[in-house]
Amino acid sequence: MSSKSNSLAQLTCPAPLPAKETILLGHGSGGRLSAELTRSLFLPAFANPILSRLDDQAIVNIKGARLAFTTDSFVVKPLFFPGGDIGSLAVHGTVNDLAMGGATPLFLSVAFIIEEGLPIEVLRRVVESLRCAARKAGVEIVTGDTKVVEKGSGDQLFINTTGIGLVPDHLDLSANRARPGDQVLVSGSIGEHGIAILAQREGLEFECPIESDSAALHGLVAAMLAAFPTSEAAGSGIRCFRDPTRGGLSSTLNEIAEQSRVGIRLEESVIPIREEVRGACEMLGLDPLYVANEGKLIAIAAPGSADALLKAMRNDPLGRNAQIIGTVVESASPIVTIRTELGTSRCVDMLAGDQLPRIC
Amino acid sequence: MKFLDEYRNAGVARRLLAAIRREARRPWVLMEICGGQTHTIMRYGLDELLPPQIELVHGPGCPVCVTPLETIDKALELAARPEVILVSYGDMLRVPGSTTDLFTVKARGGDVRIAYSPTEALKIARQNPGRKIVFLAVGFETTAPANAMAIWQAKKEKIGNFSALVSHVLVPPAIRALMTAPDCRVNAFIAPGHVCTVMGYEEYERLVAEFRIPIVVGGFEPVDILEAVLMLLRQLEKGEARAENQYVRSVNYRGNLPAQRIVEEVFEITEQKWRGIGSIPASGLRVREEYGDYDAARLFDLASITVAEPAECISAQVLQGLKKPTACPAFGMRCTPQNPLGAPMVSSEGACAAYYNYRRHQKDSSVLSSQFTADSEVR
Repeated sequence: MSSKSNSLAQLTCPAPLPAKETILLGHGSGGRLSAELTRSLFLPAFANPILSRLDDQAIVNIKGARLAFTTDSFVVKPLFFPGGDIGSLAVHGTVNDLAMGGATPLFLSVAFIIEEGLPIEVLRRVVESLRCAARKAGVEIVTGDTKVVEKGSGDQLFINTTGIGLVPDHLDLSANRARPGDQVLVSGSIGEHGIAILAQREGLEFECPIESDSAALHGLVAAMLAAFPTSEAAGSGIRCFRDPTRGGLSSTLNEIAEQSRVGIRLEESVIPIREEVRGACEMLGLDPLYVANEGKLIAIAAPGSADALLKAMRNDPLGRNAQIIGTVVESASPIVTIRTELGTSRCVDMLAGDQLPRIC
Repeated sequence: MKFLDEYRNAGVARRLLAAIRREARRPWVLMEICGGQTHTIMRYGLDELLPPQIELVHGPGCPVCVTPLETIDKALELAARPEVILVSYGDMLRVPGSTTDLFTVKARGGDVRIAYSPTEALKIARQNPGRKIVFLAVGFETTAPANAMAIWQAKKEKIGNFSALVSHVLVPPAIRALMTAPDCRVNAFIAPGHVCTVMGYEEYERLVAEFRIPIVVGGFEPVDILEAVLMLLRQLEKGEARAENQYVRSVNYRGNLPAQRIVEEVFEITEQKWRGIGSIPASGLRVREEYGDYDAARLFDLASITVAEPAECISAQVLQGLKKPTACPAFGMRCTPQNPLGAPMVSSEGACAAYYNYRRHQKDSSVLSSQFTADSEVR
């Protein structure tokens, strides 16, 4: 190497960043930082093949019974928002993680970490919401825990729910099963939950209030599995389900691409987004592909299965606006791209951390 | 959505592209100076759709990217102080200073808050009388009126615990600096639509006269950019040089006079350092002495913070349109949005971020590029 190219290699844009020594908010956003933390810290520490699949749930075999097992923590702020609250979210989130494995959700635990000084009335409202959501979802809350921390040591209320369910035989859904030729389906319009929360938090008011789409998806999943004559057929026809929560559609699809070592090609014009959500995103400088959803799922369908699945989805109240939005393709390295209406193509990358709005 | 969908209409875009292809004869280099426009170009792949005679280069259109290192370091210093609440637009939080960034300072306990407008900073100041609120007021002429208004209001209401750390940059002096640089290849400019919404485009006529280059004020949607390109092309092919306005739905000749007045009331023009470029005379704004009590630069003891810019830095060449981000040896390797070495990679308006986020796949997949060629030909 000549000395000129040596000195060029030394050039940097203004300043070096130190290695990350502290946890940043971005580590919890479901984007690249989160993924990096999981891969570099948690996976090596707990090393086992079930964990390494990094699916929304773990499926364990106990004396012949296939149990789906998952946990999720809820730290949403504000506690109450249009379309839901931390209580209903805590049920839906965990039920959905189980459902994404094809499981019938059965039992939940709920653990509260409460900040000293929280009005009991607030807790009562949250508990009532938990009760209703669990009843509607057909799950029972069978065990729990309560901790109280000093004022200032926790933000009002955090909830953890852990859930178990049973998975039918022959169903081995996983994000590592996507293959070139598969199709990508989404169950409805995206971006509603994240915008509803942001609007509430920032005191933004829209002409048509945007509500969170928080909902339990196991009924929709059951309807989609039932589109096939047997669970074996379902297992071949559907590669995986995923619910695009924090990090939005893009994070979920990037994870699938990464785990299956494929490319995913989306079609921009067919991705369902409500006008109000588009408008809010335009104003706030956010991209709907990166905004959280709490009542939507992605399905990767084997060739030939997509049409039957779409029909089953659209027959279900939670899948009325379902669409086929893309295809899985061969790719030298995992990547998600999107085709614009102009026929050009760009990457849909995973975000580093939280989405930051534009400055001007 | 009104004012959006019409300007993203694929049919209209294709007709404009067809006209551009028909009328482009000689090679031309066009520069846009607005991060928002850069991102639209990258997002929709407009540069790939234009005929080879037209080369789009990207100017220093990202105010976050050109904020001097010193200003970032001063903001970081203030944010770390326990009595200070630093309020900033979200973009600034991950921009690297000399040793750290605002996100990291926040993680270590600094009170750093994101705002969508300076009025939120005023609100925080009113709600926290015991703390000192510093608003990081960064931007081109676009955000200057709102920031000026916040300072003006603070003085009117005597919100003594509010101040702004100001780093505003002006576009016309930047154009002048670019045009007088010896290696300048630019034949024409697309002027930034929102800057001109505030300032009008009267001042660009002086630049047109001085350098005999066409300048067209453009909007931010694909149709806006393509229309502006066509308007510039027509002037260039005829050997003309005029200031024109494509973004008529938002921009008029004189601009927003009340907005300009409040800017003049609170700010004055000053020499300004542009990160990666250097000092450009009369290219920035600072708080006038009458509003000195609301100027964080005066209020806090920050004079000891001076940082020398590195003698050579490729971001300078990127910001001046001399190099594409992909020419940087660190691009995509040591420098990524997760680990940015410089501001253009972290800012959502930065050229490097645009290239990284939207174009990385082109190294990997030649299948995709042949696909799009087929698409654009068929139509």
